[in-house]
Amino acid sequence: MRFPSIVVTTLIGGAVAGAFAAAPALAQSDSGSGGSSGSGKKASACLITKTDTNPYFVTMKKGAVEKAKELGVDLKTYAGKYDGDNQSQVDAIESCMADKANGILITPSDTKAIVPTVKKARDAGILVIALDTTLEPTDAADATFATDNFQAGKLIGEWAKKTLGDKEAHIAFLDLATSQPSVDVQRDQGFMVGFGIDPKDKNKWGDEDDKRIVGHDVTGGAEDGGRTAMENLLQEDPGTNLVYTINEPAAAGAYQALKAVGLEKQATIVSIDGGCPGVKNVQDGVIGATSQQYPLQMAAQGIEAIQKYVETGAKPQKSEGLDFHNTGVNLVTDKPVDGVPSISVKEGLDKCWG
Amino acid sequence: MSEQTLAAGESERPSFDEHERTFLQKIQHFLHSNPAAVPLIVLVVSTIVFAFIIGPRFYSAFTLTLILQQVAITGIVSAGQTLVILTAGIDLSVGAMMVLSSVVMGQCAMHYGFPGPIAVLAGLAVGTLCGVINGLLVAFVRLPPFIVTLGTWSIYGAATFIYSGNETVRSQDIDATAPILHFFGQSFRIGGAVFTYGVVLMVVIAAILWYALNHTAWGRHLYAVGDDKDASLLSGIRVSRVLISVYAVAGLICAVAGWTLIGRIGSVSPQAGQLENINAITAVVIGGTSLFGGRGSILGTLFGALIVGVFSLGLRLVGTDPQWTQLTVGALIIVAVATDQWIRKVST
Repeated sequence: MRFPSIVVTTLIGGAVAGAFAAAPALAQSDSGSGGSSGSGKKASACLITKTDTNPYFVTMKKGAVEKAKELGVDLKTYAGKYDGDNQSQVDAIESCMADKANGILITPSDTKAIVPTVKKARDAGILVIALDTTLEPTDAADATFATDNFQAGKLIGEWAKKTLGDKEAHIAFLDLATSQPSVDVQRDQGFMVGFGIDPKDKNKWGDEDDKRIVGHDVTGGAEDGGRTAMENLLQEDPGTNLVYTINEPAAAGAYQALKAVGLEKQATIVSIDGGCPGVKNVQDGVIGATSQQYPLQMAAQGIEAIQKYVETGAKPQKSEGLDFHNTGVNLVTDKPVDGVPSISVKEGLDKCWG
Repeated sequence: MSEQTLAAGESERPSFDEHERTFLQKIQHFLHSNPAAVPLIVLVVSTIVFAFIIGPRFYSAFTLTLILQQVAITGIVSAGQTLVILTAGIDLSVGAMMVLSSVVMGQCAMHYGFPGPIAVLAGLAVGTLCGVINGLLVAFVRLPPFIVTLGTWSIYGAATFIYSGNETVRSQDIDATAPILHFFGQSFRIGGAVFTYGVVLMVVIAAILWYALNHTAWGRHLYAVGDDKDASLLSGIRVSRVLISVYAVAGLICAVAGWTLIGRIGSVSPQAGQLENINAITAVVIGGTSLFGGRGSILGTLFGALIVGVFSLGLRLVGTDPQWTQLTVGALIIVAVATDQWIRKVST
């Protein structure tokens, strides 16, 4: 059952935004008093995440705080009140400017609307690094440290192709949202390319005409959405034997829907994220394989880059062939296939977040 | 289905009014005295239309009962929401209360080692407490319900994240430790039809509330408070007590929905149910309950939730993009409220 999120925005979201607009984003000081890397200059940095509730951002903050302690960087952390809360992030950047920070790490909630504020900060000499999500345009930030989401999708696509072998595929796509944010599109289209489906326009999902596609539905990236979307797509094709999911909570919901009709053995679920509950679900056979990303690394490397910028004035480089710095992605599965590099569940559990 | 409202007393008008009524006015009057009629008609018609377009894939016992499963959570939450809206209030915190309760159940069972039933009771108690807090703020601090629950929505939501440390409890772990948390996810079959206990629970809650609203003093007081608070006060109704009880019951119902949610999604997840307050308000409004209070019914809400379920799955099977489902549900809300306004004119 799905209801219009537009109503959220107008009825409630608007009211929330209004209610919170006056309140500045809360700053939390995590200044590191630990050992210094030997540099004379003490860098100061800001971390601005979308929210501070999602385990992904909690991990990111942990990575930044630990690295800042290690390097002796003075770090302040900020977060939006909810995903999409641009205003709090604008307030946070302005606070960092007033605070004379050397660098800002930000996971932008609104990749376009934040750009003018980011420009102001850069004009003031602050190094701005986008974490996890690229700005639009990408070069609006000095650098982007992110997961290659297309590659993450491609890995599970290739794995699924080899795992299914000669069996005729009936693939259900459990995506994120009807607004199709970039992460949603990149993962989905990456999977298609990996599996050998013509993705048509790579900037959107849903325009493909491959017969193996059962359909696309949206999950909101959570268990309840995953369950309903899986039920819907099973109604379209009870023979569904491969399920792409945007993330592991959606995968857990999809599994419940399959289990309810006794089809959990028939269908293989693949996912992306690498959170600890998700990797445990790979261990238990709920998920066949998942692409693991590393939010802790993103933030830690971001802090290092700011420290380096303060010491030497050098800005971070992009990864080859990409317009951002790739912080890496690994396929986690205990059923490896030839030609697709992967790590074991055990290793995945060591590196998992959340 | 003898739905009544206070305004149903209008049938005692002098008879010379009757023959002056046009056909349209008669319909208007009928709909005014039977608030569940419009959503019921829409539900039946839309089901038939989708059955014609899609055929047996839609019109099967399995698919129709699947819709029931898909709307069960929203159906239960919106039953609580109906009570609040009937008092001319609104509860934005219903989804947050639901998730908080489910997280409390999960934590009690998994981390404190409480037996399953005790964990469930703890969750139900927390949900009720949240409702009582809403009620006290509305009744005694006299803040508008929108503001009170806008605040508690954030508070309960944040409390959920702080308390749980954003941790998801996985389905397999619950099965091993406290399978009672999955109770409402279990299903039974009658022919091709599949019912979960969650669906049964939704119907039972609706039946109990229908009885309470129509055949108890509490129910009649609730309608009276929603229709005219001052007049209710003057006629001796203890308005504050009614309001607190309404928000408390809504909290309890949300906690029950939280229990049902665990059954449906398998895990205990603080990320789930983020749109449940909107879903519930949507179901109540499409179900013909007036946001101005005093007019509406629990059956209408049930039909409202089912209408959204029918359209969501129906459009899905027709093969439309999910975006069109959103758009359609949005249009339904507008039509429902416009219809309500038109029907209300009968009393002027």
